[in-house]
Amino acid sequence: MAAAAGAGQEKQLAPALLSFFIYNPKLGPREGEEEKKILFYHPNEVEKNEKIRNVGLCEAIVQFTRTFSPSKPAKSLHTQKNRQFFNEPEENFWMVMVVRNPVIEKYHKDGKPVIEYQEEELLDKVYSSVLQQCYSMYKLFNGTFLKAIEDGGVRVLKDRLEKFFHRYLQTLHLQSCDLLDVFCGISFFPLDKMTYLKIQSFINRMEESLNIVKYTAFLYNDQLIWSGLEQDDMRILYKYLTTSLFPRHIEPELAGRDSPIRAEMPGNLQHYGRFLTGPLNLNDPEAKCRFPKIFVNTDGTYEELHLIVYKAMSAAVCFMIDASMQPTLDFCRKLDSIVGPQLTVLASDICEQYNINKRISGSEKEPQFKFIYFNHMNLAEKSTIHMRKTPSVSLTSVHPDLMKILGDINSDFTRVDEDEEIIVKAMSDYWVVGKKSDQRELYVILNQKNANLIEVNGKDFFIFAIC
Amino acid sequence: MSRGCYLALCARPVQFEKANPVNCVFFDEANKQVFAVRSGGATGVVVKGLEDKNPISFRMEDKGEVKCIKFSLGNKILAVQRTSKSVDFLNFIPDSPQLEYTQECKTKNANILGFCWTSSTEIVFITDQGIEFYQVLPEKRSLKLVKNQNINVNWYMYCPESSVILLSTTVLGNVLQPFYFKGGTMSKLPKFEIELPAAPKSSKLSLSERDIAMATIYGQLYVLYLRHHSRTSNSSGAEVVLYHLPRESSCKKMHILKLNRTGKFALNVVDNLVVVHHQDTETSVIFDIKLKGEFDGTVTLHQLVLPARSIQPYQIPVAGPASVTNQSPVPCKLYSSSWIVFQPDIIISASEGYLWNLEVKLEPVVNLLPDKGKLMDFLLQRKECKMVILSVCSQMLSEPDRGTLAVIATVFDKLNHEYKKYLEAEQSYTMVVETGQSRGNPPLKRPIRTQAVIDQSDMYTHVLSVFTEKKEAPHKFTTAVLMEYIRSLNQFQIAVQHYLYELVIKTLVQHNLFYMLHQFLQYHVLSDSKPLACLLLSLESIYPPAHQLSLDMLKRLSTANDEIVEVLLSKHQVLAALRFIRGVGGHDSISARKFLDAAKQAADNMLFYTIFRFFEQRNQRLRGNPNFTPGEHCEEHVTFFKQIFGEQALMKPTAF
Repeated sequence: MAAAAGAGQEKQLAPALLSFFIYNPKLGPREGEEEKKILFYHPNEVEKNEKIRNVGLCEAIVQFTRTFSPSKPAKSLHTQKNRQFFNEPEENFWMVMVVRNPVIEKYHKDGKPVIEYQEEELLDKVYSSVLQQCYSMYKLFNGTFLKAIEDGGVRVLKDRLEKFFHRYLQTLHLQSCDLLDVFCGISFFPLDKMTYLKIQSFINRMEESLNIVKYTAFLYNDQLIWSGLEQDDMRILYKYLTTSLFPRHIEPELAGRDSPIRAEMPGNLQHYGRFLTGPLNLNDPEAKCRFPKIFVNTDGTYEELHLIVYKAMSAAVCFMIDASMQPTLDFCRKLDSIVGPQLTVLASDICEQYNINKRISGSEKEPQFKFIYFNHMNLAEKSTIHMRKTPSVSLTSVHPDLMKILGDINSDFTRVDEDEEIIVKAMSDYWVVGKKSDQRELYVILNQKNANLIEVNGKDFFIFAIC
Repeated sequence: MSRGCYLALCARPVQFEKANPVNCVFFDEANKQVFAVRSGGATGVVVKGLEDKNPISFRMEDKGEVKCIKFSLGNKILAVQRTSKSVDFLNFIPDSPQLEYTQECKTKNANILGFCWTSSTEIVFITDQGIEFYQVLPEKRSLKLVKNQNINVNWYMYCPESSVILLSTTVLGNVLQPFYFKGGTMSKLPKFEIELPAAPKSSKLSLSERDIAMATIYGQLYVLYLRHHSRTSNSSGAEVVLYHLPRESSCKKMHILKLNRTGKFALNVVDNLVVVHHQDTETSVIFDIKLKGEFDGTVTLHQLVLPARSIQPYQIPVAGPASVTNQSPVPCKLYSSSWIVFQPDIIISASEGYLWNLEVKLEPVVNLLPDKGKLMDFLLQRKECKMVILSVCSQMLSEPDRGTLAVIATVFDKLNHEYKKYLEAEQSYTMVVETGQSRGNPPLKRPIRTQAVIDQSDMYTHVLSVFTEKKEAPHKFTTAVLMEYIRSLNQFQIAVQHYLYELVIKTLVQHNLFYMLHQFLQYHVLSDSKPLACLLLSLESIYPPAHQLSLDMLKRLSTANDEIVEVLLSKHQVLAALRFIRGVGGHDSISARKFLDAAKQAADNMLFYTIFRFFEQRNQRLRGNPNFTPGEHCEEHVTFFKQIFGEQALMKPTAF
C-alpha cells in the first residue's frame, strides 16, 4: 500500500461524506411531484433538481437490482469516485449515504496534480453499519419514521429529521470507521460475582424506592454491567452514552476524592453523585428538570421514556421512566438523596474490587498480541487495538492497512455460517489471525520476527473465556 | 389467641389437691414435683411431677407438721423436715431398709432453714449458721458429713440446673455467697454484693429472697435482682438487675432490664427470655438480653421487647368425664395473689391445685414487632422458631404486608448468618473427626442443629417456591427477591443449590426476560453445573443463544467433554465436535461410528469424506492400518464411502 512515502509530493485525503438523504418513493409517486419524496437531504444547498436526480438514480438502482434478488436489493454501489450505501430501515423509507473514496493527490513532474481515487479502500460492511447506526440513533431519540408521520404527517417527520441529522452528521467521522462499527458491540466491565450481586441489589432497591423507574442500566468506566433494556436498545443507548454523553462531560471524578476540583462542584459533601442529564444544580429552585426522551421496543410495545443519567465517580446509572410521568425537581432531589450516597459507596467498592482482581490476574501486563473480540450472542466486544473512544476519533494503535485486513476477514466470515479460521501474512512480520467459532469472532494481530504459519497456527488464544 | 398474648399457661397442667387446713402442698424445684401431704402424711402423700405420668403415692406416719418434703434425684430417698433441728429420711430404693432415720444438724443451736438434694444421695442442710453437706448412706440408714461451713445465713436459694446454692449473709442481707456442688464436692464461689437502691436507714434485713431469682439464660447462670423503685433515686420505675455468675471468676453486673412501672412483680425465665409479671396491671413483659441494648461501658440497659400483655386467658377444665358434668369450663383467675412463681418457668396456684409451665407463643409476637430485623433477631433465639420464621418470610413477600427489598435483604442476611455459623461448625467438626485430631483433646461434640438454622431447602420449600408460584407480585419484585437471597448466600459464602437457580431461570423464562438471564450467566451469578447447562440447552428452542451459554458452561466445567460432543453432534456440528475433542486430547478414544453416523445424517458428502478420512488416519496412526476393525461397526459407512467416492478413494495401507 502506498503510505506517505514520498511525502511532500503526495497528499492523502480521507474518505468523506458527500451526501446523505432520506426519501420515500410512495410520497411522490406521480411525475412532477418527485420533490415530495425527499424527506431529508444533506447538503441542503444542493440544487433541487440535482436532489431529485440523485434520489431518482438510487430508486432506479434499487428497483433494478431487486429483479435479481427480490429479498435483498443492492446495499451499495461502487463507482470510481465514491460509494453509495442504501438502507431501507422501514418499509419504503430509504436512507442513502454517499461517501467519497479516499484520494491520493500526486504531483506530476510538470507540477500538475493527478488525483487517484482509492476505489477498493472502503469496506462495504463498515459503512453499511454506519448507515444503520444513523437510523438506530435517530430512532432512539425520535421513534420510527412512521410514528412521526402518524403524529403529525410528513411535516413533522421532516422537522425531526432535519433537527436530528443536522447535528448528528457532523459527528460521523467516516475516516476512522472500522471493524468496531460493524460490531457496534458493548464492552462489559469485568466483575466478580459478589460485587455484581451487590450492584443487582442496589438497582433493585433503587427501582423500588423510585417507583416510577421502568428500566435501569448500570455502567462503570464506560463499560456496561447491567441493562434492564433489551439488547438492541441497549446497544444503541450504549453507543450514545459512550461516544457522546460521557465524553462531553469532563470528569472531575477522575481527579480523585480530595482534588481541589471537587470543591468547586455544586451539591453536597455527603456524596459525589450528579446528574449528567437533567438539572445541573439541585439547589436552584428554577432548575430545569428536562431529560432527553428515548424510544425503545419500537417493534413491540413502543415505549417512550425519559432518560436520566446519574453518575458518581466512575459509576453511571441510567434510570428510564415512562414519558407520561414528568420528573419534578422534588423527584430529582429525592433521587439525588437516595441514589447519591449509595452509588458513591458502590463505586468505590467496585473500584477496590476491580483493583484486587487486576492484581490477581496480572492483567496489567501488556499482552504480546493485539486483538479484537466480538460475540454476536451478547454483543460483547473487547479490543486492545483501540485506545479510547472519544467523540471525535477512535484511536487505533495499529496501521490502517491491518485494520482493513481485519475488515476483509470479517466479510469472509459473514459469507458462510460454518466455523472458520483465516490466517493472513501481512507486511513487515505481521500476522493476522481471524477465528470464528459459533457466534464469536476473534481477530489477533501478531508481530513476530520470522514466525511461520505453523507457529502462528499453533498459538492458542485463551481469550474465549472473556464473555 | 386474643390481642396478641404471647405468654400462655401450658395446656396440660399438673393437677393436685388444693391446699387446705388438712392438706399441705409443697413444691420441689429440683425434681419439679408437687407434694400433697394430707394430715401430716398419715392419710396419704401424693407426688406429681411434670413428666411423670403416674403419681407416686404413699403413706407415712404423722410425726408432726411437715415443714419441707423432697425426694432425692431419681426419687431414691425421701427427706422430710418436721423440726428446725433435724431432717428425717425414708428409703424408696427396692430391697433397702424401709425404716425412717434422722439426721440432726451438726452446728449447736442452729436452726435448719431448709435442705436441698444435689444428687440421688447427697444433701445440703442450710441452717441460720452455715451449711452442711452430707452423703446419705441408705443401706446403713445414716448420713456422713462431707463438709460444712459456718456463716450467718438470712435465707438461701437453690438453682438445681446449675447446682448452685446462694446464701444471703450480713445484717442487710445483700452480700450473697454462692456454693457450687459437683461430684461429691462443695466449692465456695466468690461472694458478691447486691447494690441496694438506697442506703438503708437502719441495720435491718434489706434484701428479701422474694426479690432474688437464679436462672440459666443462654447457658449462663444469672442472679436476677428485682430492684424496686425508690423515691429517692431518679429511676422511673423498678428494674431487674442481672448479675452474671460464672463458675470460674467473680460475679459481675451485666444487664439492667427497665420495667418502667412500679408495684408487685414476679420473675420467670422461659426460652432464655426474662418474663416479668406485674400483678397490679395483670400483665407481663419480656426481655431478651441477646437483643441490642444501650451499653454504658459496664452494663447494658434493655427496654421492653414487646408491649405488655396479659397471659392468654385460661379455661380450667371441669373435673370428671364431660358427659357427666357437661359444664362449660371455668375461666381461671390470672395473676391471682395465690399464685407462686418458681424458676425457671413454673407457676403454681395452690388454692386451685394447678402447676403450669409458662410458654412463649411466637405467632402473636410477629404482629407486635414491626421492625422485621429485630423480629428476626428475637425469633432466631427461640427454640420453636422455624415455622414462625418461615411464615414471617412468606408474609413479607406478599401483600398486604410486603416488605421493602432493604428489609427483605436484612432478614435474609440474618437467616444466612445463622445458617453459615452452623455450616462452619459442622465443617470443622467433620474435619476434626476425619483427621482424628480430637484424640487427646476433649472430644468435640457434633454441632446441634437448632430450629434457627433455616437452610436453602427450607426457604425453597416453604417460602420461595410458593411465592414464585403465586405470581401475585410483579415479576420485577419476584426476581429481585430471588437475587437478594442469592446475594445473601454468596455474601456468607454458602454454595447456592441448583434448585434456586432453576427457580430464577423459570421466573425469567416465564416473563421472557432472556436478556436478563443472559446477563446473570455472563457474570456467573448462576454458578456452572451440568444440570444448569442441561436446563439451558432445553431453552434453546425459545432462546437460541442458550445453546452457546450451555456449551460454554459445559466447557468451563471441564468434566463434561462427552456431553459437549453429544450436543454438537446432535446439532450436526460434526467438525466442531471433532475439533473440540481433539483440542482436549480425547480423539483417540472416541467412537468412529458415532461421528460417521452424524456426518452421514448431515447429508454433506464433503463432510462425510473429511470425517471418514480423519478416522482412517487415526487407524493408521494407532494400528498402522487405515482399515476399521470389526469391533468399530463401521462396515456400512465403508460401503457408503466406496459408493460415493469409489473404492480407490480408500486410504491404502502404507507398505513397509
